[in-house]
Amino acid sequence: MTQQVYWEDVQEGTHLTPLPKIASTQMLVKWAAGSADFNPLHYEDTFAAAQGIGKPIVHGQLKRAWLVQLVTDWMGEAGTLTKFACQFRGMDYPRQMATMVDVKDGETHMCKGHVIKKYVEGDNHLVDCEIWVENQKGEKTTPGNATVALPSRR
Amino acid sequence: MLSEKTLKLIGKSGEVKMLEVEKGAIKKYADAVGETNLLYWDNEYAENSRYGAMIAPPGFFGWPTRWHGAMPFHEELQVDLISALGADGYTRILDGGIAFEFFRPVRAGDTLASLTRIVSVVEKETKGGSMSVSQIEASYTNQNGDMVAKATKTMIIR
Repeated sequence: MTQQVYWEDVQEGTHLTPLPKIASTQMLVKWAAGSADFNPLHYEDTFAAAQGIGKPIVHGQLKRAWLVQLVTDWMGEAGTLTKFACQFRGMDYPRQMATMVDVKDGETHMCKGHVIKKYVEGDNHLVDCEIWVENQKGEKTTPGNATVALPSRR
Repeated sequence: MLSEKTLKLIGKSGEVKMLEVEKGAIKKYADAVGETNLLYWDNEYAENSRYGAMIAPPGFFGWPTRWHGAMPFHEELQVDLISALGADGYTRILDGGIAFEFFRPVRAGDTLASLTRIVSVVEKETKGGSMSVSQIEASYTNQNGDMVAKATKTMIIR
């Protein structure tokens, strides 16, 4: 576990610790199996091509799950996620496997964010964060926002 | 113009769907996402945390979508709405995003009841033609009767 972040430690503009993600085809298979989202759009080349998408894409809900992890990892165990939202604006593509365990070279997606507002509501010390998944071109394919209650030193 | 059939769906709820939050499902989720937080992996660690038990990550809502038929939203109710809007000429589904509010932690072993409701369906005129915007809301209540989370989905169909 990383060191606990306190409300007093953050300001507007404070960055959330970036979370890199490699969307391997293996990760997509795991997500499909667990979530039971078996849309061939996420694993079949010819189907994706016929749908006009070109090639298989990363599940939007998986990208949402990455963003939740970005926030919960950053806020630490004493933090509480109270609100979360995201939109699926752009498609992202998985990397194929080179071996049974290794992933081929290619794009790494970055989950990023920063604090945009810091305030107190009742007993809660809150921060609003802007968050997003960024592709290698620097495009925000999955923008969102989150509200977190942080522990206070007071 | 929205048909009578579509308008009748506004305010409609699906039947309550139940989900038992299993440890195995939490671990499968954590494994697929790449979550390393011990709260989702290590019983003993989680029991000694402020939660007192293994918890489900907030991202767990919306995870076992098809198995349950209602995570995060009641599937048949969505299908009814999509088909009614399809008959109104709105066929191209675009994702308008998803939002969550979390009120209480969800622990392994909890049983959640989810209730989905179609909150609103409106038509909007844009430069590219008209489109429909629907809001679907789901609330989740645990076995103690406490609401643990609420999810809202915006569905845009052109």
